[in-house]
Amino acid sequence: MIELQHVTKLYPASSRPALDDVSTEIDKGEFVFLIGSSGSGKSTFLRLLLKEDDPTTGTVTVNGKTLNTMSKWQVPKLRRTMGCVFQDFRLLRNRTVAQNVAFALEVINKPQRTIKRVVPEVLEMVGLEGKANRLPGELSGGEQQRVAIARAFVNRPLVLLADEPTGNLDPETSEGIMLLLERINRTGTTVIMATHDYHIVDSMRRRVIELNGGVIARDQSRGVYGVGR
Amino acid sequence: MRVNFVLSEVATGLRRNLTMTVAMILTTAISLGLMGTGLLIAGMISDMKEIYYDKVQVSIFLADDVTDEQRAAIEQQLADSSEVASYLYESKDEAYERFQQQFSQQPELVQNTPPDALPESFRVELVNPERYEVIAAEFPNGQNGVDQVRDEGDFLDRLFSLLNGARNATIAVAVVQALAALLLISNTIQLAAFNRRNETNIMRLVGASRWYTQLPFILEAALAGLIGALLAVGGLVLTKVLFVDKTLAGPIKAGIIPPVDWGAIAFISPIIAGAGVGLAAIAAYVTLRLYVRL
Repeated sequence: MIELQHVTKLYPASSRPALDDVSTEIDKGEFVFLIGSSGSGKSTFLRLLLKEDDPTTGTVTVNGKTLNTMSKWQVPKLRRTMGCVFQDFRLLRNRTVAQNVAFALEVINKPQRTIKRVVPEVLEMVGLEGKANRLPGELSGGEQQRVAIARAFVNRPLVLLADEPTGNLDPETSEGIMLLLERINRTGTTVIMATHDYHIVDSMRRRVIELNGGVIARDQSRGVYGVGR
Repeated sequence: MRVNFVLSEVATGLRRNLTMTVAMILTTAISLGLMGTGLLIAGMISDMKEIYYDKVQVSIFLADDVTDEQRAAIEQQLADSSEVASYLYESKDEAYERFQQQFSQQPELVQNTPPDALPESFRVELVNPERYEVIAAEFPNGQNGVDQVRDEGDFLDRLFSLLNGARNATIAVAVVQALAALLLISNTIQLAAFNRRNETNIMRLVGASRWYTQLPFILEAALAGLIGALLAVGGLVLTKVLFVDKTLAGPIKAGIIPPVDWGAIAFISPIIAGAGVGLAAIAAYVTLRLYVRL
């Protein structure tokens, strides 16, 4: 499903590699926490999977396709198989909840019929069925993140990448978001979530990949955040 | 491609950067208008060459005290010369008549010129216009009733080099203005891309194609280019109606200056429009490739 082989990423401005000879494999349908302190390489890991950046050396494979050799015009196709959620939601503030979700389908040329059908479905799934016509500014943080998840999931991606999705939310709201991500994972979607939230990691007991200074310090199935916390 | 989506993006983009859009349209319009003027002058020059070069090549002006014998001798010499293709005699009266016609727009000048001030002359067309020197040598100035031999071609050459200079200057200014327009388009597109960075970031992440993301920006520039071109064509039409057709009516009627006809404007309008739309779109595309991550 997803495979990194001896991946090293050097940014021009930095002398230390952001990822240093990282090799790992993630199977279809897995739920993986990516943990580590700031600057440990979590974001670089996710960026490489999206082909927002290319590794300096090593190969990244997603869905059987080697990203290193992928041409620029094939990248949109890759990204249509992946959904992204961020700490800051990244919603369009002048569009309603339903329009935000529909936007993701419109710009990849989905027919209007399909959009009319699937947008209410996904909004119901994330628990926002009554708020389709609200603007993001009128929603709570947790609700806004649900919109973002709906947008990431509406095209039924194979992989959902979440970069600190609960970073701006209180523990109770975070729990709701995690239940939603678990539910998405149960549909067969691989979920990779970068996080600092040890409560969540400890309570869910899923696979944990810990990065430290660009190398994998720990890769544990049913892991916890770390000792001494 | 969802046409509505793209068009609404274009409209939003143009409205959001209204001042930049107006500046972009105006500089484009001025540049294209000057380019059109340059093309019109070029057309006019070639029309004028046809009018003038065909007529007269060498004028032999006769002295005031020329005798009938001298005049007849000159005429005989012209008739016998193998260098002369044809010649025409113009009396003092005829010269004055032509003068009145040419300067009908300047009545003071006509009034202050006595009818006998203009010399009689032979207008000579040469077999080979380059061989002016030979004719000049045959009729030395100030002898045998000849006052002066003048190579009209030489005068026309100077006139046309002046007109060519005017055309080149116009086109040079048009090019500089076009450069300003292109830089302004580039800036506007960067600003538009910055304003819409949230939308384009999301489009990139959900896998919208490059074209889908870039097209609204390119169309935005092309539309501004088109509006600029329309303004430029409007400016040319106004120049023709208000300046050329009115102020220059006299010389045009007298056949000194060729008229600017609608056909010429109709001919250059699509060139202007194509240049406006094409250059704007290319500038936008290059800007997106170089400066904007989409």
